[in-house]
Amino acid sequence: MENLFVRHRNATLLVALLFAQILGLAMQVKRADPNQPDHKAPLLRVWVMSVITPVEKLVVSSGHGIRDTWNDYVNLRGVRKENRDLKAQLERMRIEQIRLQEDAEQGRRLQAVLHFKEQFISQTVAAQVIGSSGSEQSRVIYIDKGANDGLAQDMPVITPDGVVGKIVRVLSSTSQVLLITDPAWGVGGVLEKSRLQGIAKGTPSGDLKFSNILADEKVEPGERVLTSGGDRIFPKGLPLATVSELLKREDMFLNIRLVPATNLNRLEEVLVITKVEEREPSADETANGPVRAADVLAQRLPSVKKPETPQSGSPAAVKPANPQQQQKVQPKPAETRPEAPATGDNPR
Amino acid sequence: MSVANVTYTSREEIEVHKFSPWATIGVPLAALLVQSLLGTRLRFVSVFDLPLLVTIFFAVARRNQLTGMATGMFIGLLQDSLTHHPIGMYGIAKTVVGFAASSLGVRLDVENPGSRIIMGFSFYLLHQAIYFAVARNLVNEEIPWAWGHTLGAALANGLLAVVLFAVMDKLKQRA
Repeated sequence: MENLFVRHRNATLLVALLFAQILGLAMQVKRADPNQPDHKAPLLRVWVMSVITPVEKLVVSSGHGIRDTWNDYVNLRGVRKENRDLKAQLERMRIEQIRLQEDAEQGRRLQAVLHFKEQFISQTVAAQVIGSSGSEQSRVIYIDKGANDGLAQDMPVITPDGVVGKIVRVLSSTSQVLLITDPAWGVGGVLEKSRLQGIAKGTPSGDLKFSNILADEKVEPGERVLTSGGDRIFPKGLPLATVSELLKREDMFLNIRLVPATNLNRLEEVLVITKVEEREPSADETANGPVRAADVLAQRLPSVKKPETPQSGSPAAVKPANPQQQQKVQPKPAETRPEAPATGDNPR
Repeated sequence: MSVANVTYTSREEIEVHKFSPWATIGVPLAALLVQSLLGTRLRFVSVFDLPLLVTIFFAVARRNQLTGMATGMFIGLLQDSLTHHPIGMYGIAKTVVGFAASSLGVRLDVENPGSRIIMGFSFYLLHQAIYFAVARNLVNEEIPWAWGHTLGAALANGLLAVVLFAVMDKLKQRA
């Protein structure tokens, strides 16, 4: 017997190692019940995240520094033309803004009449993406903000373009974000035109699908999907995805493929929604004349701060209170850098 | 008799290599770091499994089943820690790959590019098959087995293995 063990020592050790890991897996799977309050990360995970993420932060910030220096001081070709184009675009936006102000004012009045409760994003934290799992089987990213910045599990993560995911693990200065394309969970969505509600869920191959829409409903490619608020994670009305194509039916439901509103393959900065309020629009918001453009803009860009002087009605209302803020209006949202870790009172 | 000409031989005739402690610890960590960093910018990078290739390289170079499976387990568990899945899924897969690769290293010539492509290709398939089995049967994860994608990824890893192993050969020290 002893000879047998010695002869097959390596194979026996292999079996022992595998058995130990399977045992460890089984214990984690048993513990991974979201209803249990002691649902915590294993120590090994905390150690690895604590070692890897600071290095990632350093590499990413160095890369940004070099790129910014290049873009800001060296690579200035076409800046004048871009400036001219942006001025023209600004004029167009001002005209558009006046129309939006009227619509927003009317909407708020109606909401007040109906005592309609609305969800307001009242606080966000800007964070930088520093890494990923690097695995096809786990669609998670890491951001450079954690519990020290007020982040907690299940907080929604967005960009100005739309929804990104939710926080699944939080360390002191780092968090793990599960993307909406991961098959482990789903986001409540509503089709913008038809108002049909369903669940946007990732597939193992990395696609996003919209389920629970009955086969006799009419859905067309190109229609936008917004968050419905039904998942109790994302506030209602955030851009979630666009219908890409209708695939072969699955049973009695449509098989709808979506394209995420945010390009999840090129994430650099994200916003974590740390506080959402549910309330009726206040009397001031409906009675004091037209709504500020910043309010309308904030519906899509929660990081935009309120102008200090609430002037209304004129196109000048979009101008920030000071020239420094004016400079923050960037032509390319994807290249903007977060100015402050937290923003306050951003109604949407 | 030179090592390059050996196709099936005894352990004594094959070179056994060792690595400095810096390489032993640093290379797996660097592989994880690169995989994690590039994954956010270049999504196609997630097709490659750098930690797996590092596991294979160390296992075949040391030609020792014990260190092979220990290296595989160590790297796999670290890789698990960066995902949101239970820790141990990559650990189990890479322990087996480390054991198998070191067993192969004892028997075959693993120095020429052709055998390295085949190693990268086949061990990637083995790794995915084990991961798939663990995910389905132990963790109850729904992972589809897409032959086309898996074979393509296996080939990509096989080709990368040739380049990566050639670079990592410089870290070898004769035991």
